[in-house]
Amino acid sequence: MKESIVIPIGPQHPCFKEPMRLDISVDGERVVDADIIISFNHRGVEKATEARTYIQNLYLMERVCGICSHSHATCYCQGVEEILGLEIPERARYIRSFIGELERIQSHLFWIGIAGHEIGWDTLLMYTWKDRERVNDMLEQISGNRIHYAMNTIGGVRRDIREEDRESLKRGLEFLEERAAYYVHVITEEETFLKRTRGIANLPTELAKQLCAVGPTLRGSNVKMDVRADDPYAAYEDLDFSVVTTDTCDVWGRGFVKASEILQSIRMCNQVLEELPGGDIRVKAPAKVPAGEAVSRYEAPRGELIHYIKSNGSNMPERIKIRAPTLANWLVMSEMLKGVYLADVAIVTDAIDPCLCCSARVTITDRSRGERRVTTLDALRRRRDGRTGVA
Amino acid sequence: MDLFWGVLYLLLFPGFLFLLFFGLLFEWVDRKVYARLQNRVGPPIFQPFADLIKLLGKEDIIPGNVDRALFQYTPLIAFAAVMTPIFNIPLWSARALFPLQGDLLLALYLLSIPTLALFVIGWSSVSLYPLVGGFRAATMLFGFEVPFILTCLSGGVVAGSWSISDVTTYMARHPAVMLLLLPGFVIALLALEAKLERSPFDIPHAETEIVGGTLTEYSGKKLAVMRLVDDIGMVVGSSLIAAIFLGGFLFLDKSLIWSGTDFTPFINFMLYIAKSLFIVLLLALVRTLFARLRIDQMLDFSWKYLATGGLLQLFIAVVYAGALHG
Repeated sequence: MKESIVIPIGPQHPCFKEPMRLDISVDGERVVDADIIISFNHRGVEKATEARTYIQNLYLMERVCGICSHSHATCYCQGVEEILGLEIPERARYIRSFIGELERIQSHLFWIGIAGHEIGWDTLLMYTWKDRERVNDMLEQISGNRIHYAMNTIGGVRRDIREEDRESLKRGLEFLEERAAYYVHVITEEETFLKRTRGIANLPTELAKQLCAVGPTLRGSNVKMDVRADDPYAAYEDLDFSVVTTDTCDVWGRGFVKASEILQSIRMCNQVLEELPGGDIRVKAPAKVPAGEAVSRYEAPRGELIHYIKSNGSNMPERIKIRAPTLANWLVMSEMLKGVYLADVAIVTDAIDPCLCCSARVTITDRSRGERRVTTLDALRRRRDGRTGVA
Repeated sequence: MDLFWGVLYLLLFPGFLFLLFFGLLFEWVDRKVYARLQNRVGPPIFQPFADLIKLLGKEDIIPGNVDRALFQYTPLIAFAAVMTPIFNIPLWSARALFPLQGDLLLALYLLSIPTLALFVIGWSSVSLYPLVGGFRAATMLFGFEVPFILTCLSGGVVAGSWSISDVTTYMARHPAVMLLLLPGFVIALLALEAKLERSPFDIPHAETEIVGGTLTEYSGKKLAVMRLVDDIGMVVGSSLIAAIFLGGFLFLDKSLIWSGTDFTPFINFMLYIAKSLFIVLLLALVRTLFARLRIDQMLDFSWKYLATGGLLQLFIAVVYAGALHG
C-alpha cells in the first residue's frame, strides 16, 4: 500500500501572494493529488455593484484587481456602452488600447519575476521588477497613478495622451523593448530555468480546449485564441500584432508566450503613438441606462475576461457578473498538478498567473462531515440571522 | 600555562570569537555582493551582527510534541562540529595550530555533521515542513559529499599526506601542481555550495515550497545558533578549500623579516583572508546566477558531472603521485 502525506500549502504560504490553499497529497516527492481551496478573500464586489450608480461602479470595478485594473474597468465600460448604444470616439479607443497594452507589459514582467522567485532565482525577480518600475512610471505620467489608472469612463477615457509626453513615452518603450528581448533570451537560453520549466505540467492541446483554459495558458498549449484578434474591441482592429503560441504545452511555453507578448504589446504601443487620431476623448453618457443586458469580452493579461451586465432602466445595474480569467484556469491547474514533483508545485501554480482577488467565491467546508459546497448569499444571510455552528 | 593558551585558542583565536566575527563578516560580504549583483543596495555591515543579537533576544519556543533532547542539543553539536576543523587548517603559517596525521579526513567528517544535524532536526521537529526538509537534506548529502571528499582527497594524494598542513606546504613548494587540481577546485566549490545549502542547491529550505524548511520550528537562540552554523560553515569550508587548492600561489614559504620583526605570519594571514574571501565571492556569484534545481536534478547533476569529475581528478592525482614517488 502506498502511503501519502497531505501537505497543506497555504492559505498563508510564501509561494502565494494571495490567500489560497492547496492540499497536496505527496508520495515521496511526487504529487498524487491536489485539492484547490480558494475563497479566503471574498469581498462581495458583484453584490456591491447593485447598490451603486454606474459611475460609482467604475471605481469599484477598477478595484476588483490590482494588476489588471484597467481590464476590469474597460470591460465594464464596454458593456454599459453597448446597452446605451454609445459609440465612443476613435481617439478614446486608441488610448484604451494603449493603457491596456502597458498594463499587459507590467503584468507580464511581474509574472516573469514571480516565476523566477518560485524556482528560487531571485535575481530574475529583482531584474524584472526594476524594469517594471519604468512601465509604472509611464502609466503615472499619463494617468497620474501607477496602479489604479482611473482612465476609463462610460463614453470614453478621462485623460488624454499629451503631445509633450510622446517623446518620453517612446523612449520608455524603446528601453522596455530592449529589456523584453533580453528576457525572452534569458527564458529560452538559461539552463537552470529550462530545467525547471521544460516538460513540467504538460497540458495537451485537446485537454486545454476541453477544460476551457484561457489566455497565455491556452496559447502555451498551441491554441491560437485571443479576444483581441478574434473579437476585436477598442482599437485592436486597426493595430498590427500576432497572437503568440507555442507547441511545448508546458510551464515554459506559458512563460515564453507571456514574455513574447510583451514585445507584441510594445509594437502596438508604438503604433498607437504614431497613428493616434485627433478629436475628442469622450462623449457624454446619460446617468440612467435603459433596460437591457450585455456581455463584454476583454483579453486581460491573464486571459479572457467576461463581464455580464443587466440593467433595469435605473441609474444602478440590476446584476453584474464577472468571470475572471483565473476562475477559468483553476480546472486546468488541478489537472496540471497531478504527477509533478512537490518542488514544482509553486511554479506550476504560478504558471497560470493566479489572481485570487478576482476570482474568490464563498465555499462552506463542513469538517465533521468532510464535505464542501458553494453557498449562495441568501444562505449566508440566513446563517447570520439564525443559528451558527457550521464552520 | 598550556591550559591558559588552550582556552585562549578555543575562545578567542582562531576559535569561537574569531569564527563568530568572521562568519558574520562573510555573511555580510555574501549578502552585499548578492544584492549588488541584483541591482539592490544590500544590507549595511552591521546587519548580520544586529540579526544575531536580535535573534538571541527573541522568545525561544519549543513546540509541545518535539523530541526535546534532540531538538535542543542538535544545534550545539552541529555548532561544535563545524568550528573544530579550523584548528587543523593552516592560517598564518604552513603549520596549523594542532596538526594531526589524518586531519584532512577529520575535517571532512566534521564538516558533514551539520547536514546530518539538519536531518535529525527535521526528524525531531515532528512537523511536516521540517520533515520534508530533513529528508531532502539527507538525500542531498549523498549527492555532494562524494565529489567533495574525492576532490579534497586528491589534494592529499598529490601531497602524499592526509594532513592539511602538509598539503598546504607541498602546494607552496610546487605552485604548478595547483593547475593540476583546478578542476577539483571548481568541483569542490560547487559541492561546498551544496553543502552550505545555498541556491541553486537550497533545496532543504526552499522557501516557496516548504516555507522555512528544516528550521521551520526553530526560533530565538536555537535559530541563531543554526544560522551561525551556516556562517561558520562558510568560513571553515572556504578555508579548507583555500588551504588545499589555493595553497601554492598565495603563500609565503620563506620568512619575511623586516627590521628585526618577522612579518610572515601576518602577511600569510592576510593572504589567507584574501583567498577565502575570493571563494566567498565565487559562492555568491553561483548563488546569483542559477535557479534552484529540483532534488532529482541535483542528484543527477552531482552523480553525472561532479562525482565523475571528482573521480577523474583523483585519477589525475594518483597518476601524478605515482609518477613522482613511484
